[in-house]
Amino acid sequence: MKIDDLIRRPSAWLAASNGTETEIVISSRIRVARNVRDAAFPGWAGDDETIRLFRRLRDALGTVSKLRDGVFWDISALEDLDRHLLRERHLISSELAIKKSGSGVAVSSDETVAVMVNEEDHLRLQIMRPGLDLLAMWKVADRLDSEIEALIPFAFSPRLGFLTACPTNVGTGLRASVMLHLPALRLLNEMEPVSKGLDKIGLAVRGLFGEGTEASGNMFQISNQSTLGESEKAIIQRLLQVVAELIEHEQNARHRLMEGAADRLRDHIGRALGVLNYAHLLPSAEALDSLSGLRLGAETGLLRGVESAMVNDVVMMTQPAHLQKLSAKLLDAVERDRYRARLIRQKLGVVSMV
Amino acid sequence: MLCELCDDNEAAVHLTQVVEGDVKKLNLCHQCAAQSGFNIDSALSLTDVLFGMGAPEATDAGTPEKTCRSCHMRRADFRKTSRLGCPACYETFAEELNPLLTGMHHGPSHTGKISQGAAQALADSQSVAELQKQLEDAVRNEHYEEAARLRDVIRKVRGASKSARHSANTGGGR
Repeated sequence: MKIDDLIRRPSAWLAASNGTETEIVISSRIRVARNVRDAAFPGWAGDDETIRLFRRLRDALGTVSKLRDGVFWDISALEDLDRHLLRERHLISSELAIKKSGSGVAVSSDETVAVMVNEEDHLRLQIMRPGLDLLAMWKVADRLDSEIEALIPFAFSPRLGFLTACPTNVGTGLRASVMLHLPALRLLNEMEPVSKGLDKIGLAVRGLFGEGTEASGNMFQISNQSTLGESEKAIIQRLLQVVAELIEHEQNARHRLMEGAADRLRDHIGRALGVLNYAHLLPSAEALDSLSGLRLGAETGLLRGVESAMVNDVVMMTQPAHLQKLSAKLLDAVERDRYRARLIRQKLGVVSMV
Repeated sequence: MLCELCDDNEAAVHLTQVVEGDVKKLNLCHQCAAQSGFNIDSALSLTDVLFGMGAPEATDAGTPEKTCRSCHMRRADFRKTSRLGCPACYETFAEELNPLLTGMHHGPSHTGKISQGAAQALADSQSVAELQKQLEDAVRNEHYEEAARLRDVIRKVRGASKSARHSANTGGGR
């Protein structure tokens, strides 16, 4: 598998599934942080130690069943554009993308498993899938974790659990998150109180790319903050319960819009379609917001000729690094906006309002 | 709500900090806030308060700064990076970390997956005896929740070490 092959296919974790629940849920992610026993954490280790550990971890990961048929990328050997591409596909974090030598990522052939080496912790195991099957995903992560641990001893304390570079991750090292598309709640200005409420019960609300990013395209990532004092299952079940409530809330908001404010909803979707059909210079943020409107139109039956899966595809392909890979040359911001607008116009020519 | 540092007085100073997108909260009484050097006008972080950085003259003068024996990280380094240096730092800075952990997490101790390797190492290094002693203390002090937790940990550790030995034995016999 080569990086250039990635752009020609949709991410398996973004594959479309049917049903109302999965229309609102874009994807789910399990992240587990682990560190090697008796070794300094990556941010504090010396260069020699970092490289030594990197080789050891890379070799161990190459023998693990989930990753054996996948790829390992040494970050320092990648061009900037390739690093951005991996980040846009959520296979690596922004932090890993800017690392120098001694960091990398192991990715399964279907892109649903990615293990980052020497990011903030020695290992960050990630499982990504469409839908809401977090408990099954934890099982996959649990098995992968045990398999790696049989090769590499982990830092563990009976009282504090798995030890991590940042105390915010200690214990289970688990961050479970769900990416939700909540346009109706945003339209009705109900996202702010929802965010505040989630914060109160210990859940974090973030944007499309996690920490410190804005919720562009009405995509919200909901995740647990506490990693200590609860079992992995309890953490996941609590998150799932809240996500179920959020889905219901969004569905109610959509019904309220359709019944009580139909012209407002049509206006929102029509404007989104207008931008996507007629813009010739389309910046990333505006594209995401308009594509959110398009998705809402597809899901409320106000648009024909478009499905959620198609929107997922366009969202992925029109990110800066993907665009540049597709055009096979580096593009400046204006050139990207032009190319993005053209691609979207071509893709969505058949979409119309009902 | 009681102060999270002294656990005696009513909390009156409520600190909120965003750490990489996570909102952390700390509630202190007036005395502890003053002792920590917390000043409403200064941009002090939670880690500063908990690690006694707010009043360095008062806490650090005379005594040598605490340093991790394993990775040589000092408190000042942690303040700069807000990341620990190595697994042993959790012991080195336990006193300062524990209130911090209580503030940001659901509970003070791990109840999730037990590391198989660590369980084995623990069993071998007589840590079970130590856990047993903690269990007895907990029962004596009527801390039944903690006792139940310790009992489960001991069971898990013993179970893990038994099954690891079992498979090692059967493997070697062939």
